[in-house]
Amino acid sequence: MSDLAPELDNFQQKIDDEQRIEPKDWMPEKYRLNLIRQMSQHAHSEVIGMQPEGNWISSAPSLYRKIVLLSKVQDEAGHGLYLYSATETLGISRAEMNSRLQSGESKYASIFNYPSLTWADVGAIGWLVDGAAIVNQVSLQRTSYGPYARAMIRICKEESFHQRQGYDIMVKLAEGSKEQREMAQDAINRWWWPSLMMFGPHDSDSVNSQQSMKWKIKRQSNDDLRQKFVDQTVQQTEILKLELPDPDLKWNEERQHYDFGEIDWDEFYQVIKGNGHCNRDRIKHHVSAHEEGAWVRDAMTAYAEKKAQRKEVA
Amino acid sequence: MSDPSLILFEVFVRSNRGLDHQHVGSVYASDHEQALVNARDVYIRRGEGVSIWVVKTDDIVASQESDVDTFYDPMDDKAYRHAMSYPMPEGVKNI
Ligand SMILES: [Fe+2]
Ligand SMILES: [Fe+2]
Ligand SMILES: [Fe+2]
Repeated sequence: MSDLAPELDNFQQKIDDEQRIEPKDWMPEKYRLNLIRQMSQHAHSEVIGMQPEGNWISSAPSLYRKIVLLSKVQDEAGHGLYLYSATETLGISRAEMNSRLQSGESKYASIFNYPSLTWADVGAIGWLVDGAAIVNQVSLQRTSYGPYARAMIRICKEESFHQRQGYDIMVKLAEGSKEQREMAQDAINRWWWPSLMMFGPHDSDSVNSQQSMKWKIKRQSNDDLRQKFVDQTVQQTEILKLELPDPDLKWNEERQHYDFGEIDWDEFYQVIKGNGHCNRDRIKHHVSAHEEGAWVRDAMTAYAEKKAQRKEVA
Repeated sequence: MSDPSLILFEVFVRSNRGLDHQHVGSVYASDHEQALVNARDVYIRRGEGVSIWVVKTDDIVASQESDVDTFYDPMDDKAYRHAMSYPMPEGVKNI
């Protein structure tokens, strides 16, 4: 242990000086493992996150909404790829990450275990779920691991379209018939609390938080980020003349923030444990999509072999 | 200069920790190690970088703008991929 002391000091010094850690730098094993856990979980969330929206591509109400949604879901696939390749720089293979996702050893954002029941859900997801993700990802643009920070910068550039197309759906519904307004309100009612859960447990209950803050993997605490999201979303909801489903929500002049009610943490932990509405379906679908894609990977291997043989002959 | 026994390498430099490597030019060398040394001598004599990548020029496959119109074509008619194509209601903030 004492042999590592100078390296560890040097590592922490770089972090304290706001420098980024790059793949070939010495890093504590725990830092590496902590990053693999967080980054692969983030990558899985992008990929699994395609499912609730993907289900609506063929049912979106117009050709325009179909191509917009298709384009958004395509971006999410890309975000998954940016993040998997950044995670691979830590010495874990994509196949290994994939198998950990499918075995349940590795998690993804629990919000994607909620079902998308109506078209208004697609609006609420873009506005609230991507909105919450943006708050988190903007903060992570300054994370200490270089490849992760750079992936976040690329992703944030694309997210603003995601949130706006979602909000645009909500605006159209809010301006529509009574039924459409009710549908929009119902979607907010179901997605609001899970969106707040996306920021994770309270700082006081968060197992990994303190070390992550010291290593600057995380730059702002779960509760601070959640507060930021609440503060900015209230006004956006007022513009829609719709409501957030929280009787305790009110402006606190002293704190200069909105107070809000307590999250149902029991529900949060139940969903993480695998007992959400869609946990099994999400993984089952991921496994079958992977298996159904086997012929593409086989074809690529066959093509590579054929090319290698031709080269030998020539 | 183009001694046939020498290989051309493209040089990428990370100017500061946290930034992407960027292409700066090329060098001739007999192998990767020598290319690194040459790149250091040519491109970062004044602390312009903290990390260098060298890649054999022959190993780089590049798309050509003129070659394949259709390669880039799919981007042209998709205004909806840009946040700006969604007008937001008057007064809405942080979105
Ligand atoms: Fe995301
Ligand atoms: Fe994303
Ligand atoms: Fe997104």
